[in-house]
Amino acid sequence: MSGILVLTEQSSGAWHPMSFEALAAGIQLGRDLSLPVTACVFGRGVSGLASELAGRNVQAVVALEHEALGQYTADAAVAAIEWLVRDLQPDYVLLPHTYQVRDFAPRLATRFGRVLLSDTTGYTIESGAAVFQRQLFQGKLTADFAFQAPAPNFVSIQAGAFRADALESDAASVSEKAPVLNVSSLRQHPEAPFREAARAVDLSAAERIVAVGRGIQEEGNIPLVQELADAFGAELAASRPICDNGWLPMERQVGSSGQTVAPKLYLSVGISGAIQHLVGMKGSRCVVAINKDPEAPIFEIADYGIVGDLFDVVPALTEAVKKARS
Amino acid sequence: MKILVALKQVPARDSLLRIDASGRWLDESDLSFEINEPDAYALEAALQLKEQHGGEVVVLSAGPERAVSAIREALAKGADRAIHVEQENLGEFDTLSLAKLLAAAASSEKADLILTGLQSDDLGSGQTGVIMAELLGLPHATIIMAVEASGQGVRVKRELEAGWFQHVSMPLPAVLTIQSGINKLRYATLMGIKKAKTKEVRKLTAAELGVQPESSVSLLRIYQPKRVKQTQMLAGAPAEQAAQLVEKLKFEARVI
Ligand SMILES: Cc1cc2nc3c(=O)[nH]c(=O)nc-3n(C[C@H](O)[C@H](O)[C@H](O)COP(=O)(O)OP(=O)(O)OC[C@H]3O[C@@H](n4cnc5c(N)ncnc54)[C@H](O)[C@@H]3O)c2cc1C
Ligand SMILES: Nc1ncnc2c1ncn2[C@@H]1O[C@H](COP(=O)(O)O)[C@@H](O)[C@H]1O
Repeated sequence: MSGILVLTEQSSGAWHPMSFEALAAGIQLGRDLSLPVTACVFGRGVSGLASELAGRNVQAVVALEHEALGQYTADAAVAAIEWLVRDLQPDYVLLPHTYQVRDFAPRLATRFGRVLLSDTTGYTIESGAAVFQRQLFQGKLTADFAFQAPAPNFVSIQAGAFRADALESDAASVSEKAPVLNVSSLRQHPEAPFREAARAVDLSAAERIVAVGRGIQEEGNIPLVQELADAFGAELAASRPICDNGWLPMERQVGSSGQTVAPKLYLSVGISGAIQHLVGMKGSRCVVAINKDPEAPIFEIADYGIVGDLFDVVPALTEAVKKARS
Repeated sequence: MKILVALKQVPARDSLLRIDASGRWLDESDLSFEINEPDAYALEAALQLKEQHGGEVVVLSAGPERAVSAIREALAKGADRAIHVEQENLGEFDTLSLAKLLAAAASSEKADLILTGLQSDDLGSGQTGVIMAELLGLPHATIIMAVEASGQGVRVKRELEAGWFQHVSMPLPAVLTIQSGINKLRYATLMGIKKAKTKEVRKLTAAELGVQPESSVSLLRIYQPKRVKQTQMLAGAPAEQAAQLVEKLKFEARVI
């Protein structure tokens, strides 16, 4: 085959929503390069999920089934997908840039002597070939990358980079394949996923959120933003480094490893806007950013921006909000 | 227990990033540099494991001459010795050939555990440790938030998405990629800084390791991101900015 293979992700029969973003990327790339698209779902007992993919505007669907794929391990995923890629010989292998893909895809690409272009945000076509974009320096710069090696080439797609439209079409054919795996060679032994103690705050229900980042400099300055949050009648949230430092509890972290929120107002103070933070708050209706760096990536998604020193702006804003709301 | 920590020196977080004349990298002349954030946590995890189990912590860094300052900082915090793969033109190595370079330097050490950061702040590919594991034939796990070593194996806590975690066990030797926040970072003591000056830093080059730069993928150009949203920037003194914002939030966005 020549074409595009899109690997989707599921666990215990539930789709990872980024699967459909990767699928949308694959369908678009297939159109631009005139290549057929095959979608694959791997696991144990995935034939039902495979038939859902068949209606999603792809040319073929593979259900990659194996006992050893029941609970994810890197070794089993790499071995099974290596087997499939050798069988299908696609030009491109596209994956959603999930935590699971981060865990196995670099190893998979290395099996083929290839480099995975990870966390890409889009592509352009230059002289008939795809040139992929990635963020550098936590989103402060963008870079264009081109593959120089023959097929297969591996690309993972950043969260939110493509829209997961539910395209309907004639049903594609579904084939079931069983990879050849040496089960005794699998080395990781996973236990059941768990959550830490129950959350006392549910940020997803908050109408207004004031979120603080590393620009706050030290723990002793947190009350400054707490006062702003109180003035707005807002919940206080934070970027990861604030929770890593123990300045606020983990349950107030917004982002890919924290909570996903969608308030009416999300006001960020001293947060740069790394993608892992943005995925947790991009759905907010109105985004305000206060940052001293006019180039901070957070401004790319803000409705209102204030460039300035938060230690001047926040007290002034707290006063103004108190006055307006009294 | 012998632990190898792969540590990268990257431009300091608040640096002003200026694109150089080639259009393919930064003008480094006015940058300051620091240890990549998750790598500092990986080093701390290694030092804590050594405190529990004894053994040795070896730092491995590939980079130009300036990387020595990051290496010295790690030695001052308590690493026992270091390997510096000194290479001016690291940009010519794609992720795979860079991992080959590090794996070649690591292989003769026969460490029980190799720790890397989960992602570099500059390139952000999030892959180097996982590729090293494949090249060295070792099991691996990523985005690690806790490490318990016991006898022949290791049990780690992996971070999953949206606040979920999972424990995974595997035999040693193994490669782990460490997430920021796994522990509390220590500061170097004056004594540590003094001692660091006498610790061994072994220099190696790509040629000595027999690794060539490769580019299965090549970086064509870098540029400022394109803005997708029309942001209204509010100008003036802080009090004016605050007043304007409150107006907008009240009457335009209607969120207060
Ligand atoms: C797998 C993975 C998962 C992650 N999960 C999450 C997650 O769930 N949530 C999350 O937030 N991050 C997450 N991260 C981390 C993320 O990549 C960023 O490192 C983090 O979001 C940066 O936080 P920050 O913006 O507060 O800090 P920085 O990036 O250091 O930004 C600080 C900002 O403050 C500004 N500033 C400094 N001083 C002032 C001042 N006086 N006045 C005004 N502005 C000032 C600076 O200009 C800068 O823009 C994750 C990373 C990885 C790799
Ligand atoms: N030049 C380097 N020298 C030493 N370690 C590195 C180097 N580049 C990457 N690493 C390690 O690999 C991790 C992931 O980097 P990356 O794959 O670039 O995101 C980093 O956190 C480091 O631990």
